[in-house]
Amino acid sequence: MNEQPLLRVNSMTKYYGSRIGCRDVSFELWPGEVLAIVGESGSGKTTLLNNISTRLTPTSGTVEYRMRDGQFRDLYRMGEAERRFLMRTDWGFVHQNPADGLRMTVSAGANVGERLMAIGDRHYGDIRNTATRWLGRVEIDADRVDDQPRDFSGGMRQRLQIARNLVTGPRLVFMDEPTGGLDVSVQARLLDLVRSLVNDLGLSAIVVTHDLAVARLLSHRMMVMKDGYVIEQGLTDRVLDDPREPYTQLLVSSILQV
Amino acid sequence: MPTPLVVSEVAKSFVMHLRDGIKLPVVENVNFSVAAGECAVLGGPSGIGKSSILKMLYGNYGVDAGQILITHNDVTVDIAGADPRTVLNIRRDVIGYVSQFLRTVPRVAAVDVVAEPLLARGIKSDVARTRAIELLEKLNLPEHLWQLPPTTFSGGEQQRVNIARGFITNHPLLLLDEPTASLDAENRAVVVQLIREKKASGTALLGIFHDQDVRSAVADRIIDVSMFRAGREAA
Amino acid sequence: MNTHGELATYNFAYLDEQTKRMIRRAILKAIAIPGYQVPFASREMPMPYGWGTGGVQVTAAVIGPDDTLKVIDQGADDTTNAVSIRAFFQKVTNVAVTTSTRQATIIQTRHRIPEEQLGENQILVYQVPIPEPLRFLEPRETETRKMHALEEYGLMHVKLYEDIARNGHIATTYAYPVKVEGRYVMDPSPTPKFDNPKMHMSQALQLFGAGREKRIYAIPPYTEVVSLDFEDHPFEVQTFKDPCALCAATGVYLDEVILDDKGSRMFVCSDTDHCENRRNEGHHGHLSGQALEAQQ
Repeated sequence: MNEQPLLRVNSMTKYYGSRIGCRDVSFELWPGEVLAIVGESGSGKTTLLNNISTRLTPTSGTVEYRMRDGQFRDLYRMGEAERRFLMRTDWGFVHQNPADGLRMTVSAGANVGERLMAIGDRHYGDIRNTATRWLGRVEIDADRVDDQPRDFSGGMRQRLQIARNLVTGPRLVFMDEPTGGLDVSVQARLLDLVRSLVNDLGLSAIVVTHDLAVARLLSHRMMVMKDGYVIEQGLTDRVLDDPREPYTQLLVSSILQV
Repeated sequence: MPTPLVVSEVAKSFVMHLRDGIKLPVVENVNFSVAAGECAVLGGPSGIGKSSILKMLYGNYGVDAGQILITHNDVTVDIAGADPRTVLNIRRDVIGYVSQFLRTVPRVAAVDVVAEPLLARGIKSDVARTRAIELLEKLNLPEHLWQLPPTTFSGGEQQRVNIARGFITNHPLLLLDEPTASLDAENRAVVVQLIREKKASGTALLGIFHDQDVRSAVADRIIDVSMFRAGREAA
Repeated sequence: MNTHGELATYNFAYLDEQTKRMIRRAILKAIAIPGYQVPFASREMPMPYGWGTGGVQVTAAVIGPDDTLKVIDQGADDTTNAVSIRAFFQKVTNVAVTTSTRQATIIQTRHRIPEEQLGENQILVYQVPIPEPLRFLEPRETETRKMHALEEYGLMHVKLYEDIARNGHIATTYAYPVKVEGRYVMDPSPTPKFDNPKMHMSQALQLFGAGREKRIYAIPPYTEVVSLDFEDHPFEVQTFKDPCALCAATGVYLDEVILDDKGSRMFVCSDTDHCENRRNEGHHGHLSGQALEAQQ
């Protein structure tokens, strides 16, 4: 049993000039835990995600990450080289738009293999086999390994992006609206895939979404954001089934029932 | 052995912010306990708060006041104040729950839906699936459905998957929210049998059964929820 | 510095002394950090970009009155680019020029390294069109600079991976990326990969100038230069089936020459000086003048 969290966020605040991006956010993320950050556009959820994942620099606050040696490190006190290494080995980042997370003009195999090559793998055959195996795990046929993602459908691209991120066995994956631009049926397939990968690999994940159904399906715990503040948080089904805050009640009651 | 479930002075209300913040009291001063090997049944008319009580016990609803004490890893834990991670661990290890409706996940086969609580406890996949199939067989779910996702199943079929999922583990405490509502007589009898087996093995069960026959077949005791109706003393 | 009456309108080597000083500083920094691309304030030269303005500025900054200059283009001393750059330096420096690799102290080159091994007293100046080896996959200069700074070179292998995935082997045959002194990945300019091994532990100083891109980089003498590859697809140079048709040399880089419109062709040394020397030494290929006379 893991007695220590993987990530500790303390009083994270981000201002854009005088405007609040997110304000005084603190939480811990535990191994194997999936946290959903929900809220409408402009609520600060993507700002929060980018600040935690070091894609933006917070105005104040700290983010501590438990490295593989068990030591907690403040991400903003790390050297850039170390931080970038962490990002491409122990972390994943799944963008809403796959084109932001993929190299559209190189093959699927090279997209998946890039992280391996970045950490020093130098055996073409092994890299290609690993890439092919990962394509299989995200339900892309092995015979597409040499095709470029620009020839892929939106759902396939998103699955490829996931494979590209997971190939180094990261412990923490950030996802920004991972099902954002997809058709409903494609969404369902992707969600199920993400869910089972997260379960099988014991990943921790922070998922930003405005879609409460996504949050319900993927996350253990959720935080509701409004105007830069976390207004409610707790067990996902508790927040969705017994929302306390006026805004959360509004959100939950706004879900379309099918 | 400690009492598996002690509920003490629990109160619950809903504040409806979308309706001008009106407060809807549900229950208050809920006091009862369930012993090992016992099947207690929450009784009273509908709308009295029976389901709400089960949901509070499962951590699904927040609790305004009071304590819900269970034992987890030999430690007494108050679910009313437990953090999400503790609640999840308790669900994995201590409290099983058969809800009224199955929440289906796209593309996951019935047998895997049933096996999942065992997998979560670290039991090997083939063992868990064998156990899942035994239960589905017992509940007369046609074999050709086992490998299909329950999304398209009938209400009764989904409910049997749900029951199998709830009964597959050896959780010391099992919450049952109308598990037999959409079942035929034959399958109701199976559920009664399953409940008896659970009792015999020392599980504490707390249930809601509208079906009179089932209730009298399994209940050791009825807890009258109307006793806990909010504002009763004031009225 | 004015060494010749005819040159009154130009400073020695065309560039003014302040510009030379600036370029020499860039060169010194480049030598100090092997393989690192040093930005410099590239000047307008009296020739278009793509004609070797970077190489010309580097040569102009290092050349002195006692130097002997050789200029080659694809290995040849007598092609347009080589001839005009050589003429340019004759005009603005009046230094000795040569076609002999051995006699030259400075060799400015486009796309080849001479076959003859260079020595410690020689400088090889490369003309570089695109200095950034990572540009193919990462167009942002800000990002590639960061990748160099942090030694993030996985992308370079992505390029080679793509080569193998598409062609079954590493199909990059020129501008083949190298790692210099175990640190910086460098584009050796569009020389054939055949020449890559010559850069390794070279006794001569190697300077690279990219005029349009305003970058100078260098490989000091006796520096480790390793061509990137995969374990199961190791780096290898081109091999040629037949020896040079004129001088019978093997193990040299050959150019294909079309002889007529019926598909006849021959392969001859790309390094014209090397070929000539061999023929003077009595080596004859099957299409050399002597060989053809002997047949008749």
